[in-house]
Amino acid sequence: MAISGSEREAFEKQLEAYVGLDIGLEDIGKDRVNAAMVRHWCEAMGDSCGAYTDPALAAESVHGELVAPPTMLQAWILGGVGMASDESDPRDKQKELHRIFDAHGFSGVVATNTEQEYTRYLKMGDEIRARTVIEEISEQKATGLGIGYFINTRTTFRDQNDTEVGWLTFRVLKFEIAEVPVAAETAETGAPSRPQRLRPAMAHDNQWWWECVDKGELAIQRCSGCEALRHPPRPMCGECQSSEWDFVFSTGQGTVHSYVVIRHPEVPGYTYPLVVAVVDLEEGTRFVSNVVDVDPGDVEIGMAVQATIELVDDEMKLPVFRPA
Amino acid sequence: MSGNSLFYKEVSVGDELPILPIDLTSSLIVAGAVASRDYTPVHHDKEAAKAAGMQDIFMNILTTNGLVSRFVTDWAGIDARVTHVSIKLGTPNLPGDTMTLTGAVSDKDDATSAVTVDVTGKNAWGNHVTGTVTLSLPAGG
Repeated sequence: MAISGSEREAFEKQLEAYVGLDIGLEDIGKDRVNAAMVRHWCEAMGDSCGAYTDPALAAESVHGELVAPPTMLQAWILGGVGMASDESDPRDKQKELHRIFDAHGFSGVVATNTEQEYTRYLKMGDEIRARTVIEEISEQKATGLGIGYFINTRTTFRDQNDTEVGWLTFRVLKFEIAEVPVAAETAETGAPSRPQRLRPAMAHDNQWWWECVDKGELAIQRCSGCEALRHPPRPMCGECQSSEWDFVFSTGQGTVHSYVVIRHPEVPGYTYPLVVAVVDLEEGTRFVSNVVDVDPGDVEIGMAVQATIELVDDEMKLPVFRPA
Repeated sequence: MSGNSLFYKEVSVGDELPILPIDLTSSLIVAGAVASRDYTPVHHDKEAAKAAGMQDIFMNILTTNGLVSRFVTDWAGIDARVTHVSIKLGTPNLPGDTMTLTGAVSDKDDATSAVTVDVTGKNAWGNHVTGTVTLSLPAGG
């Protein structure tokens, strides 16, 4: 739980003192702007722009000579391998501020926005230095990641002539990490490489149906009293109130009774536009699923479709329909 | 001037940029972090990333910026000058996924020959990055 009451008041008072502060350190580029680091960057980004790596093309371009990629600006002053250790300069007010957040339970950190302005492109030999100011700390916010505070910083970059060459702002969220992080759940099995579908709620009345799906069968529940088919599975027949039932396997053949095409909002794990159809199965009951591998514009009411059971993510099988 | 650059007068609001899919490999994420001298452990050390609540290493912001800038200058050519980037960060770029960059011209400023491109980089989890890139182009004869 986030801190509250007088503790929160005292904490927020402490934060106020940091607003407007220069973080107390100047970041000085360890290397002049140079072709080797630029080439390395361009290789990583797959950037083949000649202005960065081809002296002849660069000379003919508006740049007149080799220049560094503008978005590389901050790279000239970052710390390198030293950043991987926890040690930081005790004079660094930004780190100090983050430690105060950590100590009050807001140990998560994520960058949410950045804005950058490039006054001029950097040339080989430029010497870059930067100063950073803590511009703003938001009030407490409830976010998708948890309760936290946004911190805005502004870093101004200057060259060897003390002329500004650009600036950038960062907005980071310091937040209270949820008690069960995603990683804890997935650590055992390895992380999914793609979003997974929501799992069905399994219970006494429907688990058998999902077990059939896992075996590749589309089952339809049938009342033992009156033989009426029903789906989704449930404990009692709506026609004769019998709670006795068995099931039949569907051929998966059917026709589109009705459908919608979902374009927005996009839920991770699905491909859009997404066709969701109510299908009249030839056995005489209806079933809702997706029609896939079809242009949404080609789907029509009455269209013949065929179900197959297949994996829709790393583990979950579902019946899906294709035009028959 | 090299011949394959766009002139300001050739560009119209609504023009779409060629789509650029980026395979998100561990190699790319690490190479981008190292090239930007960003050795924050979550960008190269899976255990550190897990401790931070993520399932794997994830792309750093400078790499995202670098890819966005590449996406725009691949289209605009060598004589473009990127002057401003403003981006909002969303879902993380994780190994095994693909980020697809799409963009379209949203504004033109005749006084400065500057065009603004709206850019979206989308992966399987949603929008990794949305924002704008402003670049000035040669006016053209």
